[in-house]
Amino acid sequence: MKSDPATLAALFLQFATLSLFAIGGASTAVPEMHRQTVEIAEWLTDRQFSELFAMAQAAPGPNVMFVALLGHFIAGVPGAVVATVAMCGPTCFLAYAVSRVFDRFRAARWRIAIQAGLVPVTVGLIAASALIIARAADHDVAGFAITAATFALVYWTRISPLVAFAAAALFGLGGFV
Amino acid sequence: MSRQDSPPPVRADDPNAPVPDQAVLRPSIAELFRAFAGVSLSSFGGVLAWSRRMLVEDKRWMTAAEFNDVLALCQFLPGPNIVNVCAVFGVRVRGIAGALACLTGLLGPSIVLMIAAGTLYRSFGSLPELRGVLSGLAAAAAGMIIATAVQMAEPLRRFRPGPEHAVALAAFVAVGVLRLSLPLVLLVLVPASIGFAWRRVDEK
Repeated sequence: MKSDPATLAALFLQFATLSLFAIGGASTAVPEMHRQTVEIAEWLTDRQFSELFAMAQAAPGPNVMFVALLGHFIAGVPGAVVATVAMCGPTCFLAYAVSRVFDRFRAARWRIAIQAGLVPVTVGLIAASALIIARAADHDVAGFAITAATFALVYWTRISPLVAFAAAALFGLGGFV
Repeated sequence: MSRQDSPPPVRADDPNAPVPDQAVLRPSIAELFRAFAGVSLSSFGGVLAWSRRMLVEDKRWMTAAEFNDVLALCQFLPGPNIVNVCAVFGVRVRGIAGALACLTGLLGPSIVLMIAAGTLYRSFGSLPELRGVLSGLAAAAAGMIIATAVQMAEPLRRFRPGPEHAVALAAFVAVGVLRLSLPLVLLVLVPASIGFAWRRVDEK
């Protein structure tokens, strides 16, 4: 953990840039976060990345708060704040600016085309996020079984995913994973 | 900038369209902060549903149609959707101070929680008992995000195999398998995908 100004500046720049490419929500940026923090900067391992991601998912609050946990791991408390502000600040300004004119273009063809055109890209990126997290998390049969069971619960039932998280944590505590 | 100046147009086909004379209350700065802090701490399993319930049903600070409009805008733009919704809503009702109150309410408690979790992870993350718990959680998180990916792919099932599927597959392979830079991939795929969608608008 190093919260020197250079690391914090690098963190800010990375997440601020990243946020502008996070089309369709913060989860689409997970592969790029992984690429930059794990593969390029080597601030943490593949496994640590997936564990921090899981902790953020299990906690209440917006999904994007994964970046606070990531920032904290990399650069302590200042890192958590810097990563969150960088990830949320620029896009909030953008959303506010665009919200003032957006209604005018409700029926514009280019707006409909952009909105529809972003969907397939978003789908591919979320799938990429899923692959990266699964590859880092599932090392054995028990891991695969938990992943499959959680998928089934979330996809086919209306039961809260927290039930799956709690069960998975108990399984892990029992030494099965 | 006040919401009364420009009531959002209500679409006739919107099943959630509000009754026209529904009272919409205007909250104070302190109320904004408290309400979003409450959402932040209680929103297990996704903030979207909790925020909507608070804003539209409990507090009636937005109509369902307003909420849908702001959400559609924020899904259209990059960044964390619900955080952007919160900023747009806050600035509409109480200006910049309102936006800051909403954002600190939504993000503040959560960031404290994350710092606490991160500190525990750093101190005790290597204990054998916790290793198992973390592995279990990570495997569950993988299952959850796979489910999200499949749910999000549902709109694509309306189309026969075509350019949309090629774009989704290309994004998956380029970013997930080949680990190419996201900006680079978007630079190529987004214009192509919008081009395909532009032609689809004709077909409708």
